[in-house]
Amino acid sequence: MLEKAFLGERKYWIWLACLLGIMGLGFIMWLWQFRVGLGITGMSRDVSWGFYIGQFTYLVGVAAAGVMVVLPYYLHHYKAFGRITILAEFMAVGAVSMCLLFILVDLGNPVRALNVLLHPTPNSVLFWDMIVLNGYLFLNIFIGWNVLTAERKGAPPPNWIKPFIYISIPWAISIHTVTAYLYAGLPGRHFWLTAIMAPRFLASAFCAGPAILILLCLIVRKTTKFDPGKEQIQTLGSIVTYALILNVFFFVCELFTVFYSQIPGHMDHFHYLFFGHEGHGNLISLMWLAFVLMTAAIILLVIPACRRNEGILTVACVLTAIGTWIDKGFGLVVGGFVPNPLHEITEYWPTVPEALITLAVWSTGFLIITVLYKVATSVKEEVGGV
Amino acid sequence: MYDGGKIITGIIIGLALLTFPIWYNLGAAPKPPDIKLPVKEKQCVQPKAYMRTKHMQVLDLWRDSVVRVAQRSYVAFNGVKYDMSLQNTCMSADCHAKKTEFCDQCHNYTGVVPYCWDCHIEPKEKPKEKPKEKH
Amino acid sequence: MGMNRRKFLKIAGTSTLASAVKPAADALAGEKLGFTIPETLLHLFHKPTGFTPGEALTAKRWAMVVNVKNCPEGCKACTEVCHKVHNVPDAAKMESPRHEIKWIWHAKYDHVFPGQKHKHIEEALKKIPFVVLCNHCENPACVRVCPTKATFKRKDDGVVLMDMHRCIGCRFCMAACPFGARSFNWVDPRRFIKEEEQNREFPTRMKGVVEKCNFCAERLAKGQIPACVETCREATKKKGKEPALVFGDLEDPDSEVRQLLRSHYSLRRKPELGTNPNVYYIV
Repeated sequence: MLEKAFLGERKYWIWLACLLGIMGLGFIMWLWQFRVGLGITGMSRDVSWGFYIGQFTYLVGVAAAGVMVVLPYYLHHYKAFGRITILAEFMAVGAVSMCLLFILVDLGNPVRALNVLLHPTPNSVLFWDMIVLNGYLFLNIFIGWNVLTAERKGAPPPNWIKPFIYISIPWAISIHTVTAYLYAGLPGRHFWLTAIMAPRFLASAFCAGPAILILLCLIVRKTTKFDPGKEQIQTLGSIVTYALILNVFFFVCELFTVFYSQIPGHMDHFHYLFFGHEGHGNLISLMWLAFVLMTAAIILLVIPACRRNEGILTVACVLTAIGTWIDKGFGLVVGGFVPNPLHEITEYWPTVPEALITLAVWSTGFLIITVLYKVATSVKEEVGGV
Repeated sequence: MYDGGKIITGIIIGLALLTFPIWYNLGAAPKPPDIKLPVKEKQCVQPKAYMRTKHMQVLDLWRDSVVRVAQRSYVAFNGVKYDMSLQNTCMSADCHAKKTEFCDQCHNYTGVVPYCWDCHIEPKEKPKEKPKEKH
Repeated sequence: MGMNRRKFLKIAGTSTLASAVKPAADALAGEKLGFTIPETLLHLFHKPTGFTPGEALTAKRWAMVVNVKNCPEGCKACTEVCHKVHNVPDAAKMESPRHEIKWIWHAKYDHVFPGQKHKHIEEALKKIPFVVLCNHCENPACVRVCPTKATFKRKDDGVVLMDMHRCIGCRFCMAACPFGARSFNWVDPRRFIKEEEQNREFPTRMKGVVEKCNFCAERLAKGQIPACVETCREATKKKGKEPALVFGDLEDPDSEVRQLLRSHYSLRRKPELGTNPNVYYIV
C-alpha cells in the first residue's frame, strides 16, 4: 500500500518538500545542540524543562484523542465513525512519533537513551511512559495498517485484530494518565501536585485532539476525493465542545482549591502566570490569551447554529487547538518551575534554535501524517470507486 | 524486468557507496599501534593478554563497584591491592602516564572513540609538570 | 549500639543469598563456562569486584548539622573548597547565569525555609546566609523518579549519589527535588575550569548530565570528612567560633551530630514533604 504515497500531485510534493526543508534546518540546529549541549536552549537550572517537554505533553494528548473516534465505533457501534477511524489512528501515529522525538531532543545524553531498557526501573514514571508510548505507537500502526489492508480488499477486518483494538482503548487513556503522573507525583512542585492532573490532561486532550482531527478532515475533503463526512465532523464537534467545557471546568476547580485555601506555595505559580510575581511576568499575556481563546471557542461551540456551520466550527477548532496548546504546551510546564523550590524567580523563554528544532519535530510529525493520510485516502478513493 | 537499466544503475551506485571506505583507503596501510608500556611498573592488575582484550570490562566493573557500592579496593590476580581508579591508578605517573602513547594508540588504530576523558582528566604530558595540588 | 534482630536477619539473609548467588554469577561471568555470555547480559549480573578500603569512614546514615550562627560573616570557605575540589565551574566565568552549577551555596532564610518566613523574624537570621546543599534524604524523590537508577541511595550509609556514567540527562530528578539541589550541565563544563585550577584527582563532568553534592563520597573512602566540613572547622577556629558545619553518623548516639541535635532545637527543610532530609539546621 505504501506505493500510494509515491503517487501524488504537484501540491503534495511541494508540501512534502516544505516539510523536509524545515526538518533539514531543524536537524542542523539539533546537530549544533548535540555538539554544544542543551545550553543553546532557554532552559536553566531553575526551569529545567521547557518547550520540548511542553510539546511532548500536548502531543501525548493529541495522540490519546484517537480513542474518541475508536471507542464510539467499536464499543458503541456508532457506524459513522467507521469512515474516519483510520484518520484518527494515523493522526495518533504522527503525534506519538513527535512525542518520542521531543523526548529524544530533550535528553542531555541521547546516545544513552537505551539505558532506560538496560537498567529498567519500574519505580520511575518515565520508565512506564516509555512503555505506554511505544506500545501505543505500535498498536496504532498495526491496527491502522491491517484494517486499511482489509478495507482495500473489500473484506471486513480480521477477527484477530479485535483484541488489539480493544486493548488500544484503555491504552490511549493510559498514555495520558501516565504522562500526567510524570508531573502529579512530585513533592514540592505545588502547581503540578494535584490529583486532578490526569483528568485535566484527558479533558484537554479530548478537545485539542478532535479539534485537530476536524481540521485534518476538512483538509482531506479539500485536497482529496475522499469526504470524511458531515455527520462525522459534527459529532467530533460535539466531543470538542464537551471536552473543552470540562477542561475549563477542571481548571476552575484548581483555581477554587488554590485561591480559596489561600496557601501561598500553591497560589504563587498561578500568580506568576496570570498576574506576574515580584515583577516577573513573561507569560501573562500568553496565559490570558489562552483563556480568551478557549472561552471564545466554548461560546462558538455551545450555540448549535454556530457549531453546525462548518466555517465557524473551523474557527472554533483553531481557537481550541491554540488555546489548549498555550495552556498545556507552555504554561503548564513553565508555571510549575516558577517560582523555584527556594521561591526565587528565573524566567524562561525559548531561543531561536530551540524553536527551530521544535518546528522540525512538528514537521516530521506532519510528514508522517501526510504520508499515512495519502495512503489512507488513496485506498478510500480506490474502494469508493472514484 | 521493468526499468532494468535504472535498477542496475541504482545497485551499482549503492555498491560503490557501500564499499567506498575500501576504495578510499586502498593501498594505504594504516600505521600499526606503537604502544609504550610503563617503564617503572611492570605488572598490571591482570595479565597482559587479559587486559588487552578485557580492559573495558575491568573498567566497567570497577566503576560500578566504586560509584555504586563504595568498594574501591581491588585485589589483583597476584594479590597486590589497588585503588580502583582510571584517573588515579591506571593513568598515574608510574603507569600509563601518557594517554597519547598508550590508550590512543590502539583506540585510533581500531577506530574506537571511548569518551572516558570527557570527564576523567588525562595526565598532563608536557615535560615540566607542576607540583600536585593539595587540598 | 549493636544491631537489632531485624537488622541481623537482614544481613544474615542477604549474605546467605549472596553466597548462593555468587557461584552462579561467577559462572555467568564466563570464568567457569566454556563460552562467554554477551556483555549486555553480563551487565545484569554485575557484582562488585572490590571491597571497602580499610581506611574508609563508614556510618549507618551520614548526616550534617548546620549550626548557622557559627557561620562567620562573609565567609564562603565551604562553597569555594567544595567547588574547587569537585571541579565545579565558577558561574561567573560561564556564558550565561542560566548554566550555573552549584553543589553547596548560601541562601537567605526566607528562601531556605519559605514556609516559615514572616516579617518579624529575629534580626540576626535575616542577615545570616544559610548553607544549602543536597539533603541526602532518607526517602529521596530524585531516586524515585530516575528512569535508569543513575541517581541512587547508597544502601550502607544513606548517601544519595549520581552515577555520571549512566545519567541520560532527562532532568526528571531536577523536577522532583524539592530543594533545588541539582544542577544540569547545559554545556561542557570543562571549558570554564582552567587547567591549572583543576583537581586532577577528581573527574569533571561532561555536558548533558545532572550533578549535585555527593557528601564527598570520594573523601569518605579515604578516611576524610567532607571538604566543606573540614574547611569550616579551620575557618571558624580562626574566628574563635565553634564549627558551623558538623558531619557524622545519625545512627550513632555518641556522634557529634547526635549530641548537637540532642541539646539544640533543630529544623529541616520542608519536612512536611516526607523526604526526611539528613541535613539539620540549628538556628
